Amino acid sequence: MSKDEKAAGLMKTIMPEGFVFDPERGARWFTRAGHTGFLGMEYHDHGEDWIELALPWREDLVGVEETGVLASGPIISLLDNATSMSVWTRQGTFNPQVTLDLRIDYVRAATPGKTVIARAECYQVRRSMAFVRGIAHDGDISDPVAHTAGIFMLVSSEGWAKP
Amino acid sequence: MNGFHLPPYARTMGMEVDHVEDGGVPVIAMDFAGRVQGRPGFLHGGAIGGLLEMAAHAALRAELDRQGSAFRIKPINISIEYLRGGVEERTFARGEVIRAGRRVANVRVEAWQGDRTRLVASSWMNFLLAPPKEN
Repeated sequence: MSKDEKAAGLMKTIMPEGFVFDPERGARWFTRAGHTGFLGMEYHDHGEDWIELALPWREDLVGVEETGVLASGPIISLLDNATSMSVWTRQGTFNPQVTLDLRIDYVRAATPGKTVIARAECYQVRRSMAFVRGIAHDGDISDPVAHTAGIFMLVSSEGWAKP
Repeated sequence: MNGFHLPPYARTMGMEVDHVEDGGVPVIAMDFAGRVQGRPGFLHGGAIGGLLEMAAHAALRAELDRQGSAFRIKPINISIEYLRGGVEERTFARGEVIRAGRRVANVRVEAWQGDRTRLVASSWMNFLLAPPKEN
């Protein structure tokens, strides 16, 4: 099998014909391995154009040893994934995309030991771009840990992933 | 770098100080592995972000050390431009302190792989500087 055929096969596995993106199943699939699986991300909840992913606190993901505060890196990953999946949730299908830009404001330190939840919303999809925003909190969304705004570029499936 | 050591998250992700450049600025590196993979064959954007932040932290700590400042560093915000997909290679990142004032420090950070002129990501990051805690 050529590389292109392998890539096409991979895309078919991810998105067979007539595929409808189920946010819950999709999120479970996208968090089963790789970086998301390694961090222990989990599906939490979703609506029409939003999705929530959770990241349980873990000692080996701490950024400040003295306080036990989670590093900000895992929060970037959580917000990147949640915002990305909010695009497919809004579209009801899966389309290849890449992160163009992501801005994150760290409103306060996450409480040590608490699970961080990211609620991400895709508020507009244009022909080439999807616009997203999101909030990370550790139990009370009105007392956020972080706030994000980002843009995803919608790309062709060719070369998007390497099987 | 008296004041900077990689926190548990960075060690978990396989980050390390690759070398220290002239002026005392550390270059942080991270090998490719399943734990940093996003879509098949590429680095996860969050893993790139985590590496950028670590390099920004390290550069600022080095600058504060140079100034003889023991101030604590807290991230305020970060903005990341993803310029090209990170492939299955070792990734490097280096920060440059644009300004370290009395309360805020502004840092630019870049990440690259084999070719330093072909950036994988570029970003700016702001930090709050806080006096050391009294013991």
